[in-house]
Amino acid sequence: MNHDIIESRLGLLTVLILIVISVGGLVEIVPLVVSSADSQGDVKIAPRPALQQAGFDIYVREGCYLCHSQQIRPFRSETERYGAYSIAAESQYDHPFQFGSKRTGPDLARVGGRYSDDWHRVHLNNPRDVVPESNMPGFPWLAKASIDGVLMQRKLKVLRMLGTPYSDEDIKNAPAAVQGKTEREALIAYLQGLGIDKPRGSGGEAP
Amino acid sequence: MSPLVSTIIAVVTSLNVLACAWLIWWTARRRPNEAAVGEVTDHVWDGDLRERNNPMPRWWLILFFLSILFCFVYFLLYPALGNYPGVLGWTNTGQYRQEMHAAREQYKPVYAAFAGRSVAELAKDRNALALGHSLFANNCTNCHGSDARGAVGFPNLTDNDWLYGGSPETITQTIEQGRSGVMPPLGAVLGPQGVDEVVAYVESLSGRSAPTAKVAAGAARFALCAGCHGPDGKGNQQIGAPNLTDDIWLYGGSDAAIRKTITEGRNGTMPSHAWLGEDRVRLLAAYVYSLSHSQ
Repeated sequence: MNHDIIESRLGLLTVLILIVISVGGLVEIVPLVVSSADSQGDVKIAPRPALQQAGFDIYVREGCYLCHSQQIRPFRSETERYGAYSIAAESQYDHPFQFGSKRTGPDLARVGGRYSDDWHRVHLNNPRDVVPESNMPGFPWLAKASIDGVLMQRKLKVLRMLGTPYSDEDIKNAPAAVQGKTEREALIAYLQGLGIDKPRGSGGEAP
Repeated sequence: MSPLVSTIIAVVTSLNVLACAWLIWWTARRRPNEAAVGEVTDHVWDGDLRERNNPMPRWWLILFFLSILFCFVYFLLYPALGNYPGVLGWTNTGQYRQEMHAAREQYKPVYAAFAGRSVAELAKDRNALALGHSLFANNCTNCHGSDARGAVGFPNLTDNDWLYGGSPETITQTIEQGRSGVMPPLGAVLGPQGVDEVVAYVESLSGRSAPTAKVAAGAARFALCAGCHGPDGKGNQQIGAPNLTDDIWLYGGSDAAIRKTITEGRNGTMPSHAWLGEDRVRLLAAYVYSLSHSQ
């Protein structure tokens, strides 16, 4: 027996490669899918209100994740600065998830309540007005752009299809909830809601 | 995960590693009629491309089989096979708890040195201030600035002018519980002319020149403001209403800034920092207190 058997039959080679690759998937992915309890814990996380979800979409659109992560790892150096480490359940309604992989700026997983709305307003407009050494770009246009209520309603419907438990009422009230709000207000609402289900306390344990 | 899934994962993982070992063994073993080492084999590609028989070096094979062995030792010690926790009982959260515990033990003596001492006393202690300074740098500078001189809308902590009082107790309370100041929007109540007059009067309170007629009219309207800022405009630290007579302006003292404050109102918020814990709040309070009470 020699290599020729496999190397001269493309179909067989393809099948064997697929088998080898799927072992990794089977071991790493399947357990998380079949046992949601492991990834969600006992914590009950409510889906984001429409305005915050609008802010989430702006966060994604502006590419905030390129410089900010949303994943506090279970190390003292991280929990001292950012608060209790993140758990999977906290990201379950993020489509797409915002773990990020680069921290030019600080982690934002528990930034909610850390600064005042006023601070965020100034900071989003021109970060150097409050943090002189900051190299974050300003986002002044957010203060002028408004949210499309009808589009927001459609987005909530799609999210419900993807598994976010929005009620009929949430979806019905979505246009009213974002009515007359600017993108900046939506983004601030989103940021102020980040990670507040858990205590921020230094050395905080995940619940 | 369920025992069934766990078993499947464990079996598949182990078989996968064994299959790797078998694959290498199978390709490395000598076959009856194969070419001698280093000689040309009978494989030919593209008419003239030939292959020599160059087996994998022995040292490489040994390393490979050692890594397979390492793999099974790892499976035994660490949680790698389904639900099996491993002989060492290692967990991610366990490691984190250990790290936190070690740090608590390490820093206990540091904080113990400051336990039970008053904020005013700590404000004179060089070591307490050094610790307070780094806590300030980590938690406060984004709003109050690294020099603690604040920014528009965020109070200067070095000038001994206080919205909620500058005693050790009130500073501690501010850090621990946060503050939220509310200046209501008065544009609609006062009307454009009324705002004009009150602006003139407020400017006159800190000794700036303003048209006398407007100042007089503004003084009459100031009754509306006196509830919080006091009849003489000196403010009220109980509710965080600023003193308007000292020419220190949280939101800027220009004509336009004062007009905006009166017309649209302001909402100054200091978030609660109770999560820092009592020890650290006290050190922070001492540092902030020391900024305007140098000995």
